[in-house]
Amino acid sequence: MDRYTEQKLFGVLMRASVAVVIGALAIIVGVTLVRGGAVLASDPTLAITPPGPTYLIDGGGGFLHAMVGSLFIVVPATVASTAVALSTAIYLQSDYSSERFAEWVNLFLNVLWGTPPIVYGVFVLTLLIFAGARASLVAGIVSIAIFQYPIITRYADEALRSVSTELKETTYALGSTRFETARITLRAAFPGIVAGVIMGFARGIGDAATVLFTAGGATDMPTGPFEPATTLPILIFEQATSFNAEVRSHAYAAAFVLMVVVLVLILVSKLLAGRFARFVPGSDTQ
Amino acid sequence: MASETGTESAGRSSTVRRRLLAERLSSAGLALAALFAIGLFALVVAILVWESAPILAEQPLSELLLSSNWNPAQGEFGFLPAIVGTLYVTGISMAIGIPLALLSAIYLAEYADGRTQTLLASFIDVLAAVPGVVFGLIGLIVVVPFVGDYLAPALGVQSTGLGILTASLVLSIIVVPYMVSLTVESLEALPDELRESALALGMTKWGMIRGVLLRAAGPGILSAILLGFGRAFGATMAVVMVIGGMTALPDSVFEPGQTLSTLIVNDFGELMSVPTTQSALIFVGLMLLVIVWTFNLGAMLLRRRLERRWQY
Repeated sequence: MDRYTEQKLFGVLMRASVAVVIGALAIIVGVTLVRGGAVLASDPTLAITPPGPTYLIDGGGGFLHAMVGSLFIVVPATVASTAVALSTAIYLQSDYSSERFAEWVNLFLNVLWGTPPIVYGVFVLTLLIFAGARASLVAGIVSIAIFQYPIITRYADEALRSVSTELKETTYALGSTRFETARITLRAAFPGIVAGVIMGFARGIGDAATVLFTAGGATDMPTGPFEPATTLPILIFEQATSFNAEVRSHAYAAAFVLMVVVLVLILVSKLLAGRFARFVPGSDTQ
Repeated sequence: MASETGTESAGRSSTVRRRLLAERLSSAGLALAALFAIGLFALVVAILVWESAPILAEQPLSELLLSSNWNPAQGEFGFLPAIVGTLYVTGISMAIGIPLALLSAIYLAEYADGRTQTLLASFIDVLAAVPGVVFGLIGLIVVVPFVGDYLAPALGVQSTGLGILTASLVLSIIVVPYMVSLTVESLEALPDELRESALALGMTKWGMIRGVLLRAAGPGILSAILLGFGRAFGATMAVVMVIGGMTALPDSVFEPGQTLSTLIVNDFGELMSVPTTQSALIFVGLMLLVIVWTFNLGAMLLRRRLERRWQY
């Protein structure tokens, strides 16, 4: 085979691979939206009705409890994890720590990022057994927060790194303390940080393995912070393998809601990251 | 007059003191937060080791890893079926995923330009953010019937569609986005002089990519593949939904099986009351952690080598 034939062959293979990947994405998004959308369109009250007592068996009622549970777990988790992640990211900047220390912490952050979510689930469950507590909303919040922490830290670190050094030098020249400079830097990196937090939120709301054992898989509306709760992904997991076609169809509807939420979050995050860039002090795009 | 200056300077020094106090307090707080990453990791490892100690005390490691008897009720914990299942699923999904990801990444980095590139890159990002359960659901709706009704009969095999091959097919798409974005990143980091000089010597574009770029970006691409391996090892929800969940040594890829992570999901809920089972499953978590950690570390070292290599 001469090199021109080889070039043509690999050109075709490359286009085919891209087509397969994009085709898979199209199937995933398309099937979820069409199948789920059809179920939801035929009965829009599904999303705002609490479940019946045996909804996993006969599909009575809707999945309001999972939507509320998702919000109650992921919103506080994102807030808590953002607070710690931002502090970590600020400390990793050269103002505070040496390049060497930052490298070490980054190593651990990468390992945490790569840790399978199921391991976090097992970890928090083990802590619960230690404490003699049972699966609950709070335990779900803790596990999702741990899961999001390395993700948000990495985005925040990148956003802070992209702030121009001139800005920092100017604030130091005016006599700021490191903390005051950090606050200015945070403001400059704000759009990037918000984009990262939204990505963390999207990952958190989509994950089931972390909360499967820790949130408790409740079958009714969440009643309190120390009572079991459930989330949309857990609900989809439980309903998808049902033998009852109606229960399965509810899983499609829940997947529609989850997918729309995730897609909107990604879109917002991308828009934020691109759009606010020009309002950032010290950026060159003015 | 004199007293006024006095209060003013006193006021100023108290402001400074307050600012310095804020500085000191915040520094301490931030340092704690930075140590949180290390502390969290250490805590996870410590807890998992501590909790999996009972099973290791009861049965030798070799028996746990090499026995294929999985019967928690009788106190038999052979992880071999799950280990073999994991190897199958990871192996097949990587065999499909690596070429897909590499070829797509080369197209994205070297052929696509402008709007096409931005659009394709965004699609890859969206794919990376699709929740695992949605992958599982689509696996059930699309891939299971495909394997059960078309692929298996075409090869003369009986299959329900739930099994190792189905899980591998779903997983191969899950791991692609991570490998693509990391590979694109390391290809784009290569200097243009490299491309220009190769082309100036009369190489075809593909020849330049294969002979020069892939080699120069080698460590970066390898680290992308290692990270993909890590993802595949730990993937749980999508796999558990389509693998069938049977803990026996699989005879063929069309049979239902079990991976290490699906073993945890399938057995944890029911057997919480038996302490040994709990310990055994926590040990599985520890194994996952150690394996993924090794892959991550390898990837990191390779990337570091790449960084050194950039200084041509």
